[in-house]
Amino acid sequence: MSSSSSVSSFPRTTALDALHRSLGATMTDFAGWDMPLRYGSERDEHLAVRTKAGLFDLSHMGEITVTGAEAAALLDFALVGNIGSVAVGRARYTMICRADGGILDDLIVYRLAETEYLVVANAGNAQIVLDALLERADGFDAVVRDDRDAYALIAVQGPESPGILKSLTDADLDGLKYYAGLPGTVAGVPALIARTGYTGEDGFELFVAPGDAEKVWQALTDAGTPVGLVPCGLSCRDTLRLEAGMPLYGHELTTALTPFDAGLGRVVKFDKAGDFVGRAALREAAERASYEPPRVLVGLIAEGRRVPRAGYPVVAGGRVIGEVTSGAPSPTLGRPIAIAYVDSAHSAPGTAGVGVDIRGSHEPYEVVALPFYKRQK
Amino acid sequence: MSNPQQLRYSKEHEWLSGAEDGVSTVGITEHAANALGDVVYVQLPEVGTTVAAGETCGELESTKSVSDLYSPVSGEITEVNEDVSNDPSLVNSAPFDGGWLFKVRVTGEPGDLLSADEYTEFSGS
Repeated sequence: MSSSSSVSSFPRTTALDALHRSLGATMTDFAGWDMPLRYGSERDEHLAVRTKAGLFDLSHMGEITVTGAEAAALLDFALVGNIGSVAVGRARYTMICRADGGILDDLIVYRLAETEYLVVANAGNAQIVLDALLERADGFDAVVRDDRDAYALIAVQGPESPGILKSLTDADLDGLKYYAGLPGTVAGVPALIARTGYTGEDGFELFVAPGDAEKVWQALTDAGTPVGLVPCGLSCRDTLRLEAGMPLYGHELTTALTPFDAGLGRVVKFDKAGDFVGRAALREAAERASYEPPRVLVGLIAEGRRVPRAGYPVVAGGRVIGEVTSGAPSPTLGRPIAIAYVDSAHSAPGTAGVGVDIRGSHEPYEVVALPFYKRQK
Repeated sequence: MSNPQQLRYSKEHEWLSGAEDGVSTVGITEHAANALGDVVYVQLPEVGTTVAAGETCGELESTKSVSDLYSPVSGEITEVNEDVSNDPSLVNSAPFDGGWLFKVRVTGEPGDLLSADEYTEFSGS
């Protein structure tokens, strides 16, 4: 036997891999992980999340724990948000930038205790975020710990998800607000229960030990199936977040863009105490954006049926005025939709004459404000 | 899944029916439909146009991708399936039946079309 056989093979698999295969999932390589793309029809999975509930394995996401007396100070220095102001038990959407303001990743940070945070990075950026945090921790009384192997992450999303989860936990879900998280028990095992998601619906993300993942998945399946819960793959996760106008790193967010370029300048908090990585460059980016708007992120809805894809040119009057960053057929709207960066002159909702160059043919598109979909509360 | 015995198959995952009055029906296989995922848009060749075996004659769009549609044989398009244009999900729900794509008056066919058993082995399903 060669020694290489003990080295973990790529792509990596999650704790739920055998279960996905038993469910007949179509698997895909995503950021080095072998993940479910879909179990059956991705359109049906999408609509189940919008109307009932869907169950996702998101164990590819990268968890990093930051602890210590200066954990808050470190994260205020390393990230663009005001992390010290996050109350214990709450979460914050934020970003980590380079010194030149370029976005390294978008993150959700949960404050688990006064001196303990859980940082959740995108799978493809987890190592970059970990390395940056370790480097930026120099001089702080704080410990940055790679917890990628410590958690499986299971999400239950959709209007039926509170009822489903309630039957499996005694945690106070009614008291758990959007963007909050608390430790509890789900199906008899310890879990961090967070009311967060990437679908535009109400829902929960459950961080559990990998060894408990199958038990939690099965319990949610048993409790949810009678009310319409189905297992969901990454394909519908992408169309759900696209309809909800949520950015995806590598598409709407890249190191070549600052949060201001992406229309997300609100995540940058200049008024927090102390310096932070990227402050000077981001200050300039904010000023630039105020008098000379860069390309603006807009929504596009097709008049026809051909689907725009990332990288396709947006055109008007025979000129390229932008580029599609994400596109897909929208199950909710019944039409193809896209998110695109376009010149500000063409960014107003209803701007006439805008199209997408779909493999050589200019297809007409309507410019709309994001998001495409907002749930009724 | 099983690939109907009476059909022949291309390595681009199209199926071809036996000719009736010189006209054969073409569709994509269940294996191909499953690999694509939900088909949301189908662009078919126009009736009366000439297609060549192995060349693209249309496209199939699914949630994640767009794929070229190839003709398994050479000939003239005599009919296209308007039902599929209106409801592309037929390609997923009935690939060998109501999800057929076009009919072609065959003028030539390549020598490497596969039998059902050969295609099953080729595609692994």
